[in-house]
Amino acid sequence: MKRIVTIILALALVLTVVAGVAACKGKIKDAEEVQIPALEGMEVADYSNLSVPADFKIGMICLHDESSTYDLNFINAAKAAVKALGMSESQLVIKTGIDEDVACYEAAKDLINNSRCKVIFADSFGHEQYIAQAAAEFPNVQFCHATGVTAGSSTLTNFHNAFASIYEGRFLAGIAAGMKLYEMNKDKAEADQNYKIGYVGAFTYAEVISGYTSYFLGVKYALNQAQAGLGDKLSMKVKFTGSWYDVAAEKSAAEALISQGCVLISQHADSMGAPSACEAAGVPNVSYNGSTITACPKTFIVSSRIDWTPYVKYIIAQTVKGQAIDDNFTGTLKDGSVALTGVNGDVMAEGTIDAIVTARAKLVAGTLNVFDTNTFTVNGQKITSKLVNGEEVVINGAFKESKVMSAPYFDYDEIDGIKCLNRYYNPGEEIAA
Amino acid sequence: MNTTKKTREPLFHLIKRTNVPMWQAWLVRGVTVLAAFLLIGLMSFISLKINPFKVYSYMIKGAFGDSYRIMRLLRDLAILLLFALAVTPAFKMKFWNIGAEGQVLMGAYACMFCIFNLGGKINDTLLIFISLAAALVAGSIWAVIPALFKAKWNTNETLFTLMMNYVAIQIILYTIKIWVPGGTGVLTPTVYGNLPKIAGDNFWLSIIAALVMTAIMFVYLRFSKHGYEITVVGESENTARYIGINVKKVIIRTLLLSGLICGITGFLLVAGINHTVSSTTAGGRGFTAILVSWLAKFNPIFMIFTSFLVVFLAKGTDEVMTMSGITNSFFSQVVTGVMFLMIIGCEFFINYRVVFSRHIKKATVVAAVPVTEESAAAETLEAPVNDTQADASEKEDNV
Repeated sequence: MKRIVTIILALALVLTVVAGVAACKGKIKDAEEVQIPALEGMEVADYSNLSVPADFKIGMICLHDESSTYDLNFINAAKAAVKALGMSESQLVIKTGIDEDVACYEAAKDLINNSRCKVIFADSFGHEQYIAQAAAEFPNVQFCHATGVTAGSSTLTNFHNAFASIYEGRFLAGIAAGMKLYEMNKDKAEADQNYKIGYVGAFTYAEVISGYTSYFLGVKYALNQAQAGLGDKLSMKVKFTGSWYDVAAEKSAAEALISQGCVLISQHADSMGAPSACEAAGVPNVSYNGSTITACPKTFIVSSRIDWTPYVKYIIAQTVKGQAIDDNFTGTLKDGSVALTGVNGDVMAEGTIDAIVTARAKLVAGTLNVFDTNTFTVNGQKITSKLVNGEEVVINGAFKESKVMSAPYFDYDEIDGIKCLNRYYNPGEEIAA
Repeated sequence: MNTTKKTREPLFHLIKRTNVPMWQAWLVRGVTVLAAFLLIGLMSFISLKINPFKVYSYMIKGAFGDSYRIMRLLRDLAILLLFALAVTPAFKMKFWNIGAEGQVLMGAYACMFCIFNLGGKINDTLLIFISLAAALVAGSIWAVIPALFKAKWNTNETLFTLMMNYVAIQIILYTIKIWVPGGTGVLTPTVYGNLPKIAGDNFWLSIIAALVMTAIMFVYLRFSKHGYEITVVGESENTARYIGINVKKVIIRTLLLSGLICGITGFLLVAGINHTVSSTTAGGRGFTAILVSWLAKFNPIFMIFTSFLVVFLAKGTDEVMTMSGITNSFFSQVVTGVMFLMIIGCEFFINYRVVFSRHIKKATVVAAVPVTEESAAAETLEAPVNDTQADASEKEDNV
């Protein structure tokens, strides 16, 4: 008797699950991805005349593996570049999971010893000194390092830095967020309106600071466009995790921000922690490095990313031709290095695409500046001057990012409206809001 | 209880093997490792469509491809071996010290702390000795704290040492944040307090250190009075107490030894290899070392082989991934997992015999297998009752 009851119960359970799954399948439809029209007047380099020798190899050193959105973005770009130049897959040698210590130098040396790579590209900020060390030892190999800061001042001729004007991409993504924020609030009574947003950052240093500030200014710009003066109501809390890739810390940081009343979250950290926390809480999310629309169909708005494909093509071409690689390469909207993913049609506010296209045209034309010093203050003061490596970067009323070197140097971590909850990495340390 | 119901006995039982000849056991282990490699090849072929022979050749090339790779393999083997030597005495004593990670990190941290604060201000040779001393002290403090708690209040050493790892990691992250406020948790390598390079690279020093330590540890465990005391405490604390061994003293002394070896390892990692410290300086080897030590049955000489296997797999799978364009670390994880699952499985079959129930008499079953009271009672319903204890339990059950 008991056995029969057990069997019946088990069957019932299985059927419920099956029915549930079937029902879900019927309900969930894929989010609708809307592509942003390509920029008019793009200047993509032409390599059709380039013939890469069959024994030419490019080596790549990645901090994590492809489960990190950041590294995946590099890996995809390198594969795309190699394919576009008509090279075979085996001409690209990728080493993943290379720590920011002596392992990086050894990986570089191994790529030269065993794969005979002519050019090596490392993707993490902390790899820099080890790449420089290898560069000093192998003068006939080109060493390229993304996000680094020392190539300009280095005497090595085969060591180069690269970045992109991603602050423009962040700004445009911020516009999508700002329009969403406006839409969420416009029908509410004044007292119920909430313009608090949140940001999960990895480390308190220029790249992250520049990123969230440009994003914030994008949101503010969109709010001001929708209704003059509305941008002043905007505030943003930033929480740092102290790691590039920490699923749990990023998730709990996003959850903490949401519980503190932030209604829209973005992040600069490389795991799916923050986006998935947003999806679970139903809070709209602006992503980075790549689209998270598949995992987060209900909350993903848009993602900005650096498309490294133009740069990888460039370094291969320069090395093959025996020409010098720029010590500070800064990719732009124009050359396709700064890109936005498709926008989630189900989540975005009406008119988002048009607003992005319009602002993008202005950015490219130079009539709109991300760090326009009239649009923000630090401790109530307008920024009038800033020296980077002895060079003035506040020019004609705008803070010129990525001008002195490719990597960002905008490091005012709290412009007015932004509040860092924990400047140090420690998630537990909370500065009273 | 329904006394008329026919109870079923378990399908099989385990019986401890007592006299497996050494050569036989090692033959089984050897065959298992080969079988694991076959399985790895097969799995690579089925799931990733890589020719299994290519997998093997990549693995061998990854480990021994050129002299630079061989030296790196040996150095990494040496470092892992040092970790394993550090955990071994404690494990032999059945003190589950899973804190080697934190102990090494603290050694590395203390070393870096001295270099960071004194580098360039004092003579470099003196600095090396100061940082070595600091590493030894820090490593041993980190090991002795849980030992004291265990000896005094019988706290759970597994949880304690595990938590100490996280404390060490946080201390390092915090200090780096203070040293490099606008950075990404990476401290630039230092030029001060570096150990001299032997033959132009950072390999030999670790290798020599590991060899010396292995020999010392082997002698210590096998031939010294301390080693004997560790074995006795590990086998039975009561016996140890009975024959007059001061168990608390042995626990603390042994952990002090563990901590000192961890301190040396941390010192080598900073002053000899990395010249910097980070939360990944130990790189999880404090945990891998447990496996290394355990599989070698706590024998320092065998540990050379088990460390080799671990490092070979790491280097080998890295090369397979690089050469086959796999950019997801699951491959190396699965391969390592398969290998060690197979080895642990083989240890099980070396130690136990599986006997299916219908081949043995009931009486043996009752005697050989620890059974719950209920099943013992159930067993006696069928078996001829000739045991008063079983009888009693049956009655008890029926009340």
